[in-house]
Amino acid sequence: MKPRHLRLLGWLAVLGLLGLALALLLRAFEQNLVFFFTPSQVQTGQAPEGRSFRVGGLVTPGSVQREADGLGLRFEVGDGAHQLPVRYRGVLPDLFREGKGVVAQGRWMQGEFAAELVMAKHDENYLPPEAAHALEAAQAATNAGGKP
Amino acid sequence: MTVELGHFAVLLALLVALLQGLLPLVAGARGQALARPAAGLQFGLLALGFAALLQAFVTHDFSVAIVAAHSQRELPLLYRFSALWGGHEGSLLLWVLLLALWGALLAWRAPGRLPPAFAARVLAVLGLLGAGFLGFLLLTSNPFARLSPVPLDGHDLNPLLQDPGMALHPPLLYLGYVGLALPYAFAVAALLEGPLQGAEERWQAWTEAARPWALAAWSCLGGGILLGSFWAYYELGWGGWWFWDAVENAAFMPWLVGTALLHSLAVSARPGGAFRHWTLLLALLGFALSLLGTFLVRSGVVSSVHAFASDPQRGLFILGLLGAAVLGGFGLYGWRALQLRAPAPAKPLQLGSRAGLLMLNNVLLAAACGTVLLGTLYPLVLDALGAPPISVGAPYFDTVFVPLMLPLLALLGLGPWRRWDAHEPWQAQRPLLPLALGAVASAVVGALVWQQGLGFALGLAAGLWVLASTLALALRGSWATWRGGPRPPLPRWGQWLAHAGLGLFVLGVTASRHFEQTHEFSLATGQGLHAGALHVTLESVRTAQGTNYRALQAQVRVEGPEGQRWLLQPEKRLYGPRQVVMTEAALQRQFGRDLYLSLGEALPDGRWSLRLQVKPGMTAIWLGALAIALGGGLAAWGRRQPRPQLGQQAAPTGVPTPKEPGTAPPLDLLPPPLRGIP
Repeated sequence: MKPRHLRLLGWLAVLGLLGLALALLLRAFEQNLVFFFTPSQVQTGQAPEGRSFRVGGLVTPGSVQREADGLGLRFEVGDGAHQLPVRYRGVLPDLFREGKGVVAQGRWMQGEFAAELVMAKHDENYLPPEAAHALEAAQAATNAGGKP
Repeated sequence: MTVELGHFAVLLALLVALLQGLLPLVAGARGQALARPAAGLQFGLLALGFAALLQAFVTHDFSVAIVAAHSQRELPLLYRFSALWGGHEGSLLLWVLLLALWGALLAWRAPGRLPPAFAARVLAVLGLLGAGFLGFLLLTSNPFARLSPVPLDGHDLNPLLQDPGMALHPPLLYLGYVGLALPYAFAVAALLEGPLQGAEERWQAWTEAARPWALAAWSCLGGGILLGSFWAYYELGWGGWWFWDAVENAAFMPWLVGTALLHSLAVSARPGGAFRHWTLLLALLGFALSLLGTFLVRSGVVSSVHAFASDPQRGLFILGLLGAAVLGGFGLYGWRALQLRAPAPAKPLQLGSRAGLLMLNNVLLAAACGTVLLGTLYPLVLDALGAPPISVGAPYFDTVFVPLMLPLLALLGLGPWRRWDAHEPWQAQRPLLPLALGAVASAVVGALVWQQGLGFALGLAAGLWVLASTLALALRGSWATWRGGPRPPLPRWGQWLAHAGLGLFVLGVTASRHFEQTHEFSLATGQGLHAGALHVTLESVRTAQGTNYRALQAQVRVEGPEGQRWLLQPEKRLYGPRQVVMTEAALQRQFGRDLYLSLGEALPDGRWSLRLQVKPGMTAIWLGALAIALGGGLAAWGRRQPRPQLGQQAAPTGVPTPKEPGTAPPLDLLPPPLRGIP
């Protein structure tokens, strides 16, 4: 092989690598976007079944129930219009409280949201933006006079 | 009074910064003579302002708004210091102070190293940046504002920040962030000078002079990120050390571009070296990204422990500064780039040469930075457009970043062995083949023994390969010195240290990703259970009193399979006036693995939920990252090689010295096993 060919080959390899990187990137991006839905949207059937997404809102007071082993629990997340039953296993974050804002990531399965991750944020006064968004959306829908 | 004096000093500093920024550009030689004293004076004035606020914090002067907001009477002394940069206003003051510090250091080091006119232009650019941020500070976030009526006690520092690591993290990180302003200023000054005679010498002078500063800033940035990550690991109670959240990415992107910049500087600093325009662009881009990071973190666009207040006015101001710096820099580049055409390299770039491999390094690093940028900005842009919120999770970054890093690591083991021009025999690189085969074989064996998949094998192979190749280089260098050859210069050792650190880091990450175990369970006091190979017993839960918090402390006995016993004491803390609950995880650090135990909540029937994580490889992660940062510092500190006088770059004839000391000693200086078979 002449040096010229070798060089050409090298540049082709670079181009190929770049293309591969771009393809990987877009694929990963598309697959790992986590969408957000409000409890109202989930209850009205707008959320996908089986794909991971996030819901946010306020933990409904009095809704937290524990299973016998103490680690599994169920609670409801509401946005003022609808309630969404959530199931979770594991240690909760420090700032998880009834009546406070929460964001959960998981899947919608058989009428229940199976959470893999429950987040409540660093600051006691702080409402996670997704939870705030859910409350606002429900509020706007109620004001407009129609159910979302 | 002191606080008002401080305020006045900072106002004066703004004036001085403006003069430092404008005079050298408009007032010719006389103005240029003023740049260096102005840089020193600006730093002095800002230091006065900073000291005035420190004093207010130490003496609990709650009439100052930021003292009332971020401190309180019981706060320990160390945290009273760090509370100054625990809020928006104070941290911004730290930002401009450190920018002025870099400027003053440059002014001090410049004589004899930089042409006076060039140094003055660099300082002018720094002055303009300083003036912009001082304007921002004084107009939107005055740290000297007083309160009336004066509160009796302060509001306390966010308990998450009450930690020694957090006290040091912001100053070091900011040193890195604003330090990237130096390569930026060098690039802008070079563009301002425009085409002149002797472009080749000036290119080399520019790049050689910018290099130590870029290295120093990059090391500080890396060190700052390391401290932040270290803190998140033991303080947030989740046991993670990198979450790919927007704030981390904001610091990581300039670091990636900085890494690319260091490597491209190495090429373009050579006589007739390649990709000089690219180097200019990277220098501009690095600081642009660090400004973007400042914007993301400080404007409240991203919600995190770093976003102190979401004030749209502040965000707009930083966006304005970002726009001015980016448009100014890149506009200048667009205007001048054609005139600044570098002389065509004598030989076309060979992909197999060190320069060619460094080009691939830059392509990969730039691509990696681009993917992080996409993942970070996309949700924010959608949010700004009013679309429903989405998030890009860690899986995206893992899927994209790792495949980009693997070829980079493979090239890293090869590059430093190659000469700058590819036309050389492969004998000198003979040791590479056994090293590569050894790394791959160990990885295969490791994957089989531990029953792990391809990901594990690739990570193990990459880490071992980088480590082995770098150690072999260092051995070769030392051996050559011992045999009377040239001593490898300090920057070379810095490079080896950083590369070896990266190898160690990769090994640590691989181990931690593949061998980590998490056990979640609940226990009543006196009860025990088996978690993997360990046996865990909750002995008691009692109350404890800290200086400014109350805590519930669990005594947990963990027993290993070989009879080892550890007592871990995770806590739930309740802090001061805000009554904030915090999980203080218990950490049992060992060389091979960490035991990480967090206390969950008290369950209604009196049991406690607990989470035990077994995390291998953490020591390697921290040591590796530390070595990377220290290596950069070492390289910044040492002299690369005696500067050749302009116009006489040829090595003295007679003795067959290698082109670059330490890179590739003559074959007969090599130890027999490394000499290869001719």
